[in-house]
Amino acid sequence: MQTPAAFEYERATSVEGAIASLERLGPEARIIAGGHSLLPMMKLRLANPEHLIDINDLKELAYIREADGEIRIGALTRHVDLLKSELLARHFPLFRDAEHVIADPVVRNRGTIGGSLCQADPAEDLSAVCTAAKAKVVIRGVSGERVVGMEDFHVGPYMTAVGAGELLTEIRLALRPGAGSAHEKVERRAGDWAIAAASAAVWLNGVAITDAGIALSAVGLTTIHLSRADELLRGKEPSEELFQQAAEIASADCSPGADGRGPIDYKRHLAGVLTHRALRRAATRALQGEVSS
Amino acid sequence: MNVSMTINGERVSHDVEPRLLLVHYIRETVGLTGTHWGCDTSNCGACVVLIDGEPVKSCTTLAAMADGHEIRTVESLEVDGRLDPIQMGFHERHALQCGFCTPGMLMTTRALLDENPDPSDLEIRTAISGAICRCTGYKNIVSAVQWAAQYEAAAKRGA
Repeated sequence: MQTPAAFEYERATSVEGAIASLERLGPEARIIAGGHSLLPMMKLRLANPEHLIDINDLKELAYIREADGEIRIGALTRHVDLLKSELLARHFPLFRDAEHVIADPVVRNRGTIGGSLCQADPAEDLSAVCTAAKAKVVIRGVSGERVVGMEDFHVGPYMTAVGAGELLTEIRLALRPGAGSAHEKVERRAGDWAIAAASAAVWLNGVAITDAGIALSAVGLTTIHLSRADELLRGKEPSEELFQQAAEIASADCSPGADGRGPIDYKRHLAGVLTHRALRRAATRALQGEVSS
Repeated sequence: MNVSMTINGERVSHDVEPRLLLVHYIRETVGLTGTHWGCDTSNCGACVVLIDGEPVKSCTTLAAMADGHEIRTVESLEVDGRLDPIQMGFHERHALQCGFCTPGMLMTTRALLDENPDPSDLEIRTAISGAICRCTGYKNIVSAVQWAAQYEAAAKRGA
């Protein structure tokens, strides 16, 4: 039987209350939302928080809405709601691509976007999705809010910019014209972690790529942002040759380890193939008008 | 800490350790052993119960997190000796052999039919993609869900 180490439990009744508890209890306190990343880690005693603060009652953190030229997603939004959101699918279809292949429908009923991002598992899909989509996250502490870009969010394996005493509250996606995006994943069986996954977002001005974001899951110690590929694509017209060059950067710039999911050369090859496919679909979607405007 | 919840319509309340998982609370504290404890890693789906009508893996939920909520377990399906149509479907279509996965399969597919009374083959397979059966190979389980959907549709027409 897998049993977590003993801890104290409390249920937050407000965002301010959750933050106050985090501040009061110190670094051994953790937020629990869906629990589908944290509880397995606690059962394996890889995580041993002394206090859990349950935020499942904070319905004010569960939403997907459009405001001020952005899509805003509350941290407590469940995977099932990300999957079903037409607003998100219209502007950032890579979320739906990813949500179809994150765990299984029963797990998706509980797991949240905030939990996924804060767990920061290198094989986790939404970290790559948000990195590619150039998301910013809102982090709140006792002294107020700060907004951090995904490029500064991952500070190490399973480590994020969210500090002790802080709570991730919202994910923001800027709506820019000419957007297209896609997420491609290969897994051993339905619901498994990725062998490799690639997220791509492009913004076109009708002719050329004005901006691009590409990120990889499961092929390094953290989510990998392929900034070299972003730079390569910017200002160029989309083409198979260009996407192939980006794919080669993906194969070169990832750093997979060999494990039960495959050897290193296979994973590098896969990272390239998935990057190419994701870019092709992202550009096609942008051109077909699944765009934000 | 004290937890109180409704399980199959009955109010229960106990003092528990915060680390007690919902599956063990249901099986050992409350004594309803129909919910099975399988892989313990949220992969197999044997422990699925409904929380406020939604299927959830109870091995990856704390009893404390279920405090104040409504739980349904497999024991709630049969009422006064009459099987739920989903149970009848599993019987009719021979959708179990050893029966270990069955409670989770029943609750997962009961929730599917509650949300989608006429699911396609693919929708059924997707719904149970987080539930593992090592005996029948799923074909009969899919068939059982279709049987139950048809039975419920016919009952509705007849009503």
